[in-house]
Amino acid sequence: MKLYCLSSDASKPCFVLSFKELLIMLDCGLSAHSVLNFLPLPPVPSTRLASLPNYTPPHVNDPLLEGELKECCGRVFVDSIPEFCPPLDKVVDFSQLDVILISNYTCMMALPFITEETGFKGQVYATEPTLQIGRFYLEELSEWVSSCGSSSGAAKRWKELVHLLPPPLALAARPRAWRRLFSAAALARALSRVRVVGYDERVDIYGALDATAVSSGFCLGSANWVLRSAHEKVAYVSGSSTLTTHPRPINQAALRGADLLVLAALTQTPAHNPDHMLGDLCVHATVTLRAGGSVLCPVYPSGVLYDLLECLSAHLEGAGLAHVPLYVVSPVADSSLAYSNILAEWVSVGKQARVYLPEEPFPHAALVRAGRLKHARSLHDDAFSADFRQPCVVFCGHPSLRFGAAVHLVELWANNPAHAIIFTEPDFPYAEALAPFQPLSMKAFHCPIDTSLNYSQANKLVRELRPRELALPEQYAGGGARPHISADAPTVVVRRGAARSLSVRRRAARATLCGALAARATPRELRAGLRAAPLSAALRVRDARLELVAPPGPAPAPAPRLHWNALDVEALVRALTREGVTEARVEASADGCIVHLPRHDTLVHVERHATHVFCEGRADVRQALRRAIASCLPHI
Amino acid sequence: MPEIKITPLGAGQDVGRSCILLSMGGKNIMLDCGMHMGYNDERRFPDFSYIVPEGPITSQIDCVIISHFHLDHCGALPYMSEMVGYTGPIYMTHPTKAIAPILLEDMRKVAVERKGESNFFTSQMIKDCIKKVTAVTLHQSVMVDNELEIKAYYAGHVLGAAMFWIRVGSQSVVYTGDYNMTPDRHLGAAWIDKCRPDLLISESTYATTIRDSKRCRERDFLKKVHECVEKGGKVLIPVFALGRAQELCILLETYWERMNLKYPVYFALGLTEKANNYYKMFITWTNQKIRKTFVQRNMFDFKHIKPFDKSYIDNPGAMVVFATPGMLHAGLSLNIFKKWAPYEQNMLIMPGFCVQGTVGHKILNGAKKIEFENRQVVEVKMAVEYMSFSAHADAKGIMQLIQYCEPKNVLLVHGEAQKMEFLKDKIEKEFKISCYMPANGETAIINTPTKIPIDVSLRLLKAEAVRYNAQPPDPKRRRVVHGVLCVKDNRLSFLDIDEICDEIGINRHVIRFTSTVRFDDPGSAVKTAEKLKTLLAEKLQGWSITISDGNISVESVLIKVEGDDDNTKSIYVSWTNQDEDLGSYILGLLQSMVQ
Repeated sequence: MKLYCLSSDASKPCFVLSFKELLIMLDCGLSAHSVLNFLPLPPVPSTRLASLPNYTPPHVNDPLLEGELKECCGRVFVDSIPEFCPPLDKVVDFSQLDVILISNYTCMMALPFITEETGFKGQVYATEPTLQIGRFYLEELSEWVSSCGSSSGAAKRWKELVHLLPPPLALAARPRAWRRLFSAAALARALSRVRVVGYDERVDIYGALDATAVSSGFCLGSANWVLRSAHEKVAYVSGSSTLTTHPRPINQAALRGADLLVLAALTQTPAHNPDHMLGDLCVHATVTLRAGGSVLCPVYPSGVLYDLLECLSAHLEGAGLAHVPLYVVSPVADSSLAYSNILAEWVSVGKQARVYLPEEPFPHAALVRAGRLKHARSLHDDAFSADFRQPCVVFCGHPSLRFGAAVHLVELWANNPAHAIIFTEPDFPYAEALAPFQPLSMKAFHCPIDTSLNYSQANKLVRELRPRELALPEQYAGGGARPHISADAPTVVVRRGAARSLSVRRRAARATLCGALAARATPRELRAGLRAAPLSAALRVRDARLELVAPPGPAPAPAPRLHWNALDVEALVRALTREGVTEARVEASADGCIVHLPRHDTLVHVERHATHVFCEGRADVRQALRRAIASCLPHI
Repeated sequence: MPEIKITPLGAGQDVGRSCILLSMGGKNIMLDCGMHMGYNDERRFPDFSYIVPEGPITSQIDCVIISHFHLDHCGALPYMSEMVGYTGPIYMTHPTKAIAPILLEDMRKVAVERKGESNFFTSQMIKDCIKKVTAVTLHQSVMVDNELEIKAYYAGHVLGAAMFWIRVGSQSVVYTGDYNMTPDRHLGAAWIDKCRPDLLISESTYATTIRDSKRCRERDFLKKVHECVEKGGKVLIPVFALGRAQELCILLETYWERMNLKYPVYFALGLTEKANNYYKMFITWTNQKIRKTFVQRNMFDFKHIKPFDKSYIDNPGAMVVFATPGMLHAGLSLNIFKKWAPYEQNMLIMPGFCVQGTVGHKILNGAKKIEFENRQVVEVKMAVEYMSFSAHADAKGIMQLIQYCEPKNVLLVHGEAQKMEFLKDKIEKEFKISCYMPANGETAIINTPTKIPIDVSLRLLKAEAVRYNAQPPDPKRRRVVHGVLCVKDNRLSFLDIDEICDEIGINRHVIRFTSTVRFDDPGSAVKTAEKLKTLLAEKLQGWSITISDGNISVESVLIKVEGDDDNTKSIYVSWTNQDEDLGSYILGLLQSMVQ
């Protein structure tokens, strides 16, 4: 068994496990940090961004670099369509992948990079909410990035000159591997490959393994994967949460006692308690709204958004601000809000109880009916601009502030200190997200809400699960004073591009023994609690499943197959006499002795662990010899 | 041989009161727990005393599985769990768990408040019963205990209807409940994978109907409603809150939309509206089309169907009204009936079964005058139509399902004996598998092949694979593995000889036999060996024969030729004790070749 790591971002993991001649990809996260190095793509042209000065590194005169770099408040940005950092494609041949298992919708964004135009022929498995919400994320991303036009060709030259540029651009990891986002068509093709599974559904992987998605408690439909054969068990824990939020709670029992535990996607903000952050957010929002300012929350179109809507609306009502409108602006806002309310089977018990009444599991449907919550495809939607009023709270993407409606709103509100922007998504450092909008007068708050496991929760979980071996991305391994994962089990640390052998060894395969064949065997006790019998079985292999059946034809008495211990020569001579083979002469030899049977033209070399019969006589003599020897040795 | 035993307590050669006992591998499972709508006495519920004459029932039943919310499949559940005293696990899907209590409550009201029955379960009992239910999702594999596993498949009959796959050890059974193999207005078609169960227990309501007659019935229904309203008549459709009501609403809604009709359609407020909410929230259980379009337009947000107000009863002109309850025994539907019955332009459509003693039952039996408690007599002049809209698989669908899951035996329930007989013949002829149809209280016993799990040593398998792959591919060639069967702690393994020696800690004693054949063949020993190999290959087809450095090996038997160039050669044949058969055969073969 081997584990390959293809992603450098531990919270957007991508592993490949080779096991039983299968190549299994675990997640295909897309690292979007790279987009922070690019200038924002405003949905409406921005004169400020357009008039930023060009940047040329000192002492460089390269006409090809012309216009690729711009400067804003001392930072350099690439003026081009933003690029992303997909999983490494040099280590594993994607056309050889058998299966891709996806744990949750935040860890599947690179799917088209892996399945399209790579010769990929395998299966992709995800839960239904993962597929649906993942589709929203991807479609939103694709629509925003492509709607801003591909008029300007991709800037390439700067990648050759990275070493000459100022940080943080100079520190960008492998910019040459960055790729532009896939087309909408490639995206649709990739998503159409996904096969939907339910929690605790056993998916048969080519007869070799069972893969089961079990609830991970992180978001709607989020799953940990358990791979099981008759003798081996691998648990892949990615994006799990032990907190109580809207999704179904984590199923720990299914992960226990694995031969290998692969741990990924822990919290990105271990220093921030998500509950406190949610409280802070409500306070900041109330203060801003009371002062007549509006609040912008750059968010993804699903996930924590549902919790934000639920908490914030309740809090505002308590604060006497129930009249403040809440807006969700996203090309998929309507679908995302509608879908969340039909996923009754994937939510927590508390939310599920509401469905039995029957009421929607999430309160945002009621907020929409009451007119407090409005959603729009985009800012220039007629429905939206017609009744847009301030102060208000706007939820829109993208959290990186490089594309999407949020770019325009930040541009619009940047100079007004009454307004506030509150960052809740943990994927991007907020100061970097805001860098191209500096100088900024509006207030900025950082309230990251990441419900996935923090280090102490993860350590506790690993202790409870008792895996025989643990595999981790290097970020989570020990090193100095920073928090890390430590376990009693042997730990394998992987980093991007690495392949590590694991200690799981296969010894046996599971088969079924047919009753008729079992009846032929007559096991004898060889040791207390252990019985054995020689067996000849016809092997049938169907769909990679093994069956042992009785070989056709009459059942012969099973011949002794195994003899052990040393042969007592005197006993052998007596036994030969009983069989009518007489006149045996015993002679000592180098390693034992030789029994001569001159009348039968036969020699028997007896050694400690072997007997060699040189028999030139008739077949019946040989049979007599076999019987005699067998009677002198324990056998089955 | 292991057995599977099936005893229907209801639904054996009968429709109604589905309740089937299944025993296999030491587990007893109850499939559905329905009531018979046609009886008022103790025959209404399954005869639980069959399971255990007296004493607690819980120890006799490992779990109860409910396939869907129709009362003939779940109606006796509160009776069993709250009055008979079953406390074990109960499984059903989420929509069934949500909707079943509403139907049970409806029925309870009819039975107790209308007909004044005593010894019936109470509202609280229904609530307590549903609390004990474990809800399952589709395809989720649920371990009831260490040996008993169940898994639900989509059945399409009503919202939340499921088929269940049940496994104990190596034995497995699929119970279909009621299912539908053709997608209808709001539901998808039943689906199951090739799970090859030992037994398929299938419903057979439409065992002899070959073509999907549901479309015709729908067309018929729409035509009648349309004709009636066109003439200015009023149409009354008494329904129960859930199931058929939504299907008929969708049917009328789409027809009104398509034909651009303006006649008002109403449904009685209250339950039905609430019921539509269930459908909205469990939209993942409906068909592809509804799921795809629900964001833009939820199929259960009806445009043409408006809430009904009592004052509308006397409104002039045509209208269509859905009103509860479904059997015209009380409430709004009865009130409307009293007003509309005396006019012949009006129409009553009964879309479901009516219990004896209800007004609905009398009318369907052709009563033209109905007398009420207060001596009020109502003349029935309106047209009366009975239509069944239940979605069941027809014969073609049942055959299709058998083809999908490839069972080794089939057992038919939930149908009429005669029709079953016909289908049984057809199944046995077409699939060459046994088919059973026990009556209520009769037990069918099905023998299944013994299959014992065993761990096979990879060394043994790899050695076999190397031998097998060394030969030209031939799918018919037998693959034989020789080894030692080992039983330890009740677990079986199949090991090679060295492994078993290690396992027990013994030193193997190898016995080898060597015999010589003399052969006059001038020429080099290598040439003789080549010659022998060719001869042996002719005689021993299908065996692996290799030659290297003048040594021939046939499987594990070694043959060596020695001797000077012009002299007699000595052919040594050598084999170990366990290859005696092959060794002596080759020796004999060589001896005869030499002569």
